[in-house]
Amino acid sequence: MISVRKLVKRFGLKMILRGLDFEVQPGEFVALLGPNGAGKTTFLRILASLSRPSMGSVTIAGFSLPKEAAAVRVRLGVVSHQPLLYGNLTAEENLNFYGRMYAVQGLEERITQVLEMVGLSVRRRDLVRTFSRGMQQRLAIGRAVLHDPQVMLFDEPYTGLDQDASNMLDGVLSTVASQGRTVVMTSHDLARTEALATRFDILSRGVIAASASRSQMGKGDLMDFYKASLV
Amino acid sequence: MSAQREKDQKPSAGFLNSVLAVARKDLAAELRSPELLLAMLVFALLAIFIFNFALDLEPALRSRVTSGVLWTTFAFSGTLGLNRSMAVEKENGCLDGLLLAPVDRAAIYFGKAISNLLFLLLLEVVVIPVYSLLYGINLFNPGLLLVVLLGSVGYIAVGTLLSGMAVQARTRDVLLPILQFPIILPMLIASIKASDGFLTGVGLEDAVPWIILLIIYDVIFLAIALMVFDYVVEE
Repeated sequence: MISVRKLVKRFGLKMILRGLDFEVQPGEFVALLGPNGAGKTTFLRILASLSRPSMGSVTIAGFSLPKEAAAVRVRLGVVSHQPLLYGNLTAEENLNFYGRMYAVQGLEERITQVLEMVGLSVRRRDLVRTFSRGMQQRLAIGRAVLHDPQVMLFDEPYTGLDQDASNMLDGVLSTVASQGRTVVMTSHDLARTEALATRFDILSRGVIAASASRSQMGKGDLMDFYKASLV
Repeated sequence: MSAQREKDQKPSAGFLNSVLAVARKDLAAELRSPELLLAMLVFALLAIFIFNFALDLEPALRSRVTSGVLWTTFAFSGTLGLNRSMAVEKENGCLDGLLLAPVDRAAIYFGKAISNLLFLLLLEVVVIPVYSLLYGINLFNPGLLLVVLLGSVGYIAVGTLLSGMAVQARTRDVLLPILQFPIILPMLIASIKASDGFLTGVGLEDAVPWIILLIIYDVIFLAIALMVFDYVVEE
């Protein structure tokens, strides 16, 4: 579903990604872990077609980036630590706007479904700026799945959430993953990541330093694996 | 692979639908909380009041400075609106949300340009009658209104493109006027000269070359924006 070969990204003289290779099969939930500055967000922005690679190839669902970016974008749902929502519009108006941009068929019905999925049906006519951070993040997931994408990218979705909001987000993420989507998620929250992902890749110094599937690891082993991979 | 790709074809929003969706979204957000319009209006009204008292002109001289005062007011208050219009996209990362949509990025430019133009025209609809009352000059001249429309289109064509560029910078509030004013200078000169032609009653033949210049300016900058907006907003 996702194939990345020899990916290099430079910002001026600074090299962030150094010949990174990455492969994800359909339906996999890959957790991309690594310290601050490892290049996780840069990598996810390239996968999301928001940033151009300096060198190397990126293919998603058979379409290459950046050449076929529009075809990739229609298959992608992106959730970052920012909600990408307009505060002066209601939840429904935000979803309506994005639904039109993605040409979602049966939009009214789909908006109702999505709001039910993220538990915000009763707040559909409230302005997003009145939502708590957790509610905004749930609506952000609703926005990202509105067009039923095959691939979901999550960049630090737990940032700024309290315990209750994080627990609720776990439930929404499990639902999204159980619908057969391919998911790539960056996070610093190892405990939550361990419960959700089927594979764990460690990004360090611009390359994938280590990779392990859930079946290769016992419960609670992720922290040791993470630390060992960074040495 | 190609058979799979064909099978997986998804509908796209279409250029016009995307343009309208972006413009409608901006208008809905602004109608709900008119921060941008209010800032532009208050600034413009204050400017023409200040010019009125600062210049303290004889009635005979007023018509000679009118076009300059009007276009200076539109240009400065318009910059406030353009800055705010793109700043809204930066809040909550909404610009990324727009750029992630599978639409031609020129559609995003035109959607933003349409809403920016509507806000500027709305400002002009308020400022022109207030100016007429305050300075005792009838500005309801069809020729002058045509110049205002053409000048506004050129102003917004350049301003929307440059605000897309400036929004990525930390110093965007300062950067936009620095980038914009040198580029809109030909448009401002043409607008002031053409407006003068209609206000001083010199005649249509003196205003026509400036109107043609405005039309050419509008077409050139809309075409440039269509070609380069994709690169301007990219990281």
